[in-house]
Amino acid sequence: MTALTFTLKLEPAQRVDLSPLVCQKLTGLSPVKIAALELYSGKRKLRADELFAIEGSDAQDIVIKNSTAKLDYIGKELTEGQITVEGDAGAYLGQGMKNGTIIVNGNTGIFSACEMKKGQIEINGNAGDFLGAALPGNKMGMKGGTVLVKGNAGERVGDHMRRGNILIEGNAGDYCGSRMTAGTIAVMGKTGRYTGYAMRRGTLLLWSQPDLPATFNDCGSHTLAFLPMLFASFKGFDSKFADPAATFNRVRRYGGDMAEMGRGEVLVRI
Amino acid sequence: MIINGVTIDKTFAEAFPMKATRAIITAQNEKWAMISAQAMTGFATSVIACGCEAGIERVLDSSETPDGRPGVSVMIFAMGGKGLAKQLETRAGQCVLTSPTSALFSGIDSDKPIPLGKNLRYFGDGFQISKVIGGKRYWRVPVMDGEFLTEATTGQVDAVGGGNFLVLAESQPQALAACEAAIEEMRKIPNVIMPFPGGVVRSGSKVGSKYKALGASTNDAFCPTLKGITKTDLSPEIESVMEIVIDGLTKEDIDKAMRVGIQAVCDLGAANGIKRISAGNYGGKLGPFHFHLQEIMA
Repeated sequence: MTALTFTLKLEPAQRVDLSPLVCQKLTGLSPVKIAALELYSGKRKLRADELFAIEGSDAQDIVIKNSTAKLDYIGKELTEGQITVEGDAGAYLGQGMKNGTIIVNGNTGIFSACEMKKGQIEINGNAGDFLGAALPGNKMGMKGGTVLVKGNAGERVGDHMRRGNILIEGNAGDYCGSRMTAGTIAVMGKTGRYTGYAMRRGTLLLWSQPDLPATFNDCGSHTLAFLPMLFASFKGFDSKFADPAATFNRVRRYGGDMAEMGRGEVLVRI
Repeated sequence: MIINGVTIDKTFAEAFPMKATRAIITAQNEKWAMISAQAMTGFATSVIACGCEAGIERVLDSSETPDGRPGVSVMIFAMGGKGLAKQLETRAGQCVLTSPTSALFSGIDSDKPIPLGKNLRYFGDGFQISKVIGGKRYWRVPVMDGEFLTEATTGQVDAVGGGNFLVLAESQPQALAACEAAIEEMRKIPNVIMPFPGGVVRSGSKVGSKYKALGASTNDAFCPTLKGITKTDLSPEIESVMEIVIDGLTKEDIDKAMRVGIQAVCDLGAANGIKRISAGNYGGKLGPFHFHLQEIMA
């Protein structure tokens, strides 16, 4: 079986909700039914075959070609299989994802991996703001799984994050790890202002000294035993995080945000 | 059956179902991992009074441990799951958490997890940090030497306890030398521990006593100084008897350990004063696992 491939015919005029095109919903559907699936685009409903040329049959291996930043909700609540996006993805990529894998060979919009529960998302370009965050008004962001960003991430990475790993090879914007409840965010590049703002618990693992709020306190330099194990768990990734040369266990530890619960930590490589 | 002049009695060891777990202790170096493991498995020779039977399974090099440091694998056996969990937790809390540079990890997977560091985390007084790494939960507990890293749970499995054999020799030094040789070989077998001091017990017991308060008492049939005044099981030339008790994850594991142990004793043979190998049982009425010596050595 070949991958079930959706090739975008034309740039849509409005944003498109692609949440119906996930592995678990397409498994067992005939090509005719898949072609007839209705996708919301602005205030209109479009047939899937109006937007995409559809080929292949393996619904556990979905490929979206010619993708643009107007395709939202790709892989929403995905429970199994793999979705590969050739091009950019819009907002809410992998929202509430429960398992499986999403690979984006391009950039993604805001709220990628928001409220994700399990599985893996690999973004080979840049990620927009609110990566792994909670939706507006909600109190829990990402609850599990791993997000790997090979480029840069926007502002508010991991806002309200509860569990899981966000790995960023590039830079992260302002308010990285804001209001985090737990989990791990690792940034190999630089971070913006207000790193760890209102952080309650959780770990920010940084390669560069951040601009921390005054409410983070220096806890000194330490050798932490869990770090080699954490890095070892990244071994299977196609990433700089899997490179043994990138690993370390010696860090400067900053505790905070003392204006909040103060049980979070920012670990900076030394 | 006679091997190298040593008579293998036509009898069997009788063993019982137990619950077991395994934990891996690591430290800055093997010395400190071993110190912690020895503390954790101390006072754990027999469930009769210790609450559990525990021992060091083997030393692990840094490539075999979760955190890449030298380590020691320890196993704990108890009569029930609740007792096992309590013993594991108290021993981990008092002997591993307290031991400099130590970390503690699960050494066995099962569908019945029991707390390892799950409750020890409260020692952190709210400063403890949870990390889920590779699907497993770990706790980082701040302590005065840095951080105590522990996995939240380990596994509980069904196991077998009380496999044994007796070494009957012409003198005490010869009995001990034979047992030492046996233990050295048996320690190479995975999934088993020999919980008594140095793996050897010199005070084997029988069920019951003339004193009502005692459930067990000295095995007078194998006491050489009582040969003339009790219903002895010893021939005149036997001057010393020592026993090796084995707990293992499966009957097959104990079979293997008994085989290599008895073989090591027989290799010394009659020329070194070893006369017989026997075993302790209760007539086959109490324990469902029977280890027939002659079948094992066949």
